[in-house]
Amino acid sequence: MNKNNCQLSTVNCHLISKSYGVVKALENISFEVEKGEIFGIIGPDGAGKTTLFRILTTLILADSGTATVDGRDVVKEYNEIRKHVGYMPGRFSLYQDLTVEENLDVFAKVFNTSIEENYHLIKDIYVQIEPFKKRRAGKLSGGMKQKLALCCALIHKPSVLFLDEPTTGVDPVSRKEFWEMLKRLKNEGITILVSTPYMDEAALCDRIALIQNGQFLKIETPENIVNQFAQELWTVKGVQMSKLLNDLRQYEHIRTCFAFGDTHHITLESNMSTVENLQDYLQTKGHLQVEIKPTKASIEDCFMELTFEKSESYD
Amino acid sequence: MLRYLLEKEIKQFVRNSFLPKMVVMLPLMAMLIFPLIANFEIKNINLCVVDHDRSIQSQKLIQKIQSSGYFRITDVAESYQRAMLQVESNNSDMLLEIPVAFGKDIEQGTSTNVLIAANAVNGVKGGLGSSYLTAILQNFSVDIATKIQLPKAMPQGAGFSIIPRFWFNPTLNYKMFMIPALMIMVLAIVSGFLPAMNIVGEKESGTIEQMNVTPVGRFQFILAKLIPYWLVGFIALSIAVLVSRWVYGFKPQGSIVTVYLFASMFMLAFSGFGLVISNYAKTMQQAIFMILFFLLTFIFLSGFYTPINNMPQWGQVLSNFSPFKFIIQSVRLVYLKGCGFADMLPQFFALCGFAVFFNGWAVLSYRKKS
Repeated sequence: MNKNNCQLSTVNCHLISKSYGVVKALENISFEVEKGEIFGIIGPDGAGKTTLFRILTTLILADSGTATVDGRDVVKEYNEIRKHVGYMPGRFSLYQDLTVEENLDVFAKVFNTSIEENYHLIKDIYVQIEPFKKRRAGKLSGGMKQKLALCCALIHKPSVLFLDEPTTGVDPVSRKEFWEMLKRLKNEGITILVSTPYMDEAALCDRIALIQNGQFLKIETPENIVNQFAQELWTVKGVQMSKLLNDLRQYEHIRTCFAFGDTHHITLESNMSTVENLQDYLQTKGHLQVEIKPTKASIEDCFMELTFEKSESYD
Repeated sequence: MLRYLLEKEIKQFVRNSFLPKMVVMLPLMAMLIFPLIANFEIKNINLCVVDHDRSIQSQKLIQKIQSSGYFRITDVAESYQRAMLQVESNNSDMLLEIPVAFGKDIEQGTSTNVLIAANAVNGVKGGLGSSYLTAILQNFSVDIATKIQLPKAMPQGAGFSIIPRFWFNPTLNYKMFMIPALMIMVLAIVSGFLPAMNIVGEKESGTIEQMNVTPVGRFQFILAKLIPYWLVGFIALSIAVLVSRWVYGFKPQGSIVTVYLFASMFMLAFSGFGLVISNYAKTMQQAIFMILFFLLTFIFLSGFYTPINNMPQWGQVLSNFSPFKFIIQSVRLVYLKGCGFADMLPQFFALCGFAVFFNGWAVLSYRKKS
């Protein structure tokens, strides 16, 4: 890791590991985030996303490895980091018994600033909750809470923003709005690290890291991840979808098979079997009107593929 | 920064639907109700009388017992055995057996014996009941002796009369003993319990984490938690002081300033104790049980209910580990005896020691966890 890299990147992680007893929450995580980037950390629940965020926001210490945020070491210069990052935890963590306005005010003041000073940053978001500014935070709806939490995390104009699953439990419309807001913040020059279990949100990031069981599977732009999908992917649709899934999995030349919305996504051991073979096999199993079509891989398919490759390489 | 945090804490406190009411109700309840019910004066002792004599003298004695106000004659039995049955079935607490020829013996000036038996399942009731009854009997025998002028044949113990003088609490009013201790209990709950619960509450709701990623220092954060409760502690103490003055007419013999001085040192010590708990407890439930455990231990070791001198030797040693011992002692001394600050330096330094110990522990145990 040379010095130039450290200066260019806003967040820099080098071989970070953290265990809770025998559970390895993070294993040798290394990555860099450039200034003004939206960096997505995509992975299922329990993959280690929150642990990583808590290390980078100086809430807990890593067992080994080093990390810098905004050019400052997370262990030695935690006090400085705390002045320059915004953190929005996955769980709503504002004062429920204070009003919207009071919460914002408290967080502005503890950062030695005022709502007025950085109002331009939060304006677009705050106008939406302003009608409820006298309402206690505990009485807000889920989407409103999320917006308030984002305002509170932004009020001191942080240079890096950490958002831990900001859209979990938020309705699709609010989710969309939320991502539009992130785009605007990026234009303000704020570096954003966002974690999410939703694969569809991954495409909205500049770069993403796919994480599972405390390890990064891949760090790439969403386009490249999709382009690097090396298999032929097929969608299979039939009448009895759950029986179809079972039969597909029992097919001897099947490589991967996952339920994906209203279809199944499969890849075949291409040197052993063709789609026609599969069609015949399914007919013998009594499936009628089976549609098999080629399709383009999504981020979710890539994630599944990478998970599969990893488990194969273990065996 | 501290100012803003204090502003927030006070806002939250005032807005809480329960806490402000509790701060007023707790001292009121403690002062108005506890001294009346937590009373060691035993009244309405059920007495079963076995009167084998049935003379004028025995009637007089029974009347005297009845008019003392401490006893209720619930039964008159024919024999000791019948009376014992009453005691066993819990209808009577004590029994008094008057022998045959009790009246005759008294009039002739010969000495005579009566039998007192008490149910000691409730030790306090049994002990105090029998001593009340003994006192009445003694009194009775003195009366007889003076009336019939038989100096030679005076019953034993009547040769001189004992008139005890109870210093500092002349009427042996139990309330005056309890009230200072109850004031401290209120103070302990407000200054130790509430801030600890508040901090653990922030842990539970995750807000402490949000605060930890701001430049707010741990010291400022904790100070902002403690200061409001110290103020609230003084309010609760003042309510207690005023109630004891207006309702019981109970004024401190010494200076009230001394009481407040000791109380503030105690609050400092006990809020430190609360902080230690809040460092170890992860949930409110854990915090409540931990505090309850120590609070009860501290109170029972403190001489709140029972004199420390009554404790076994090891208990007396242990009692030095209860901050309550020193604060209750000093408040009682100021209230009843009128001691000044200079008279209670050992107690004051003990409280200082507790303050340093608990707060130091709180700081160290916090550092270890972060």
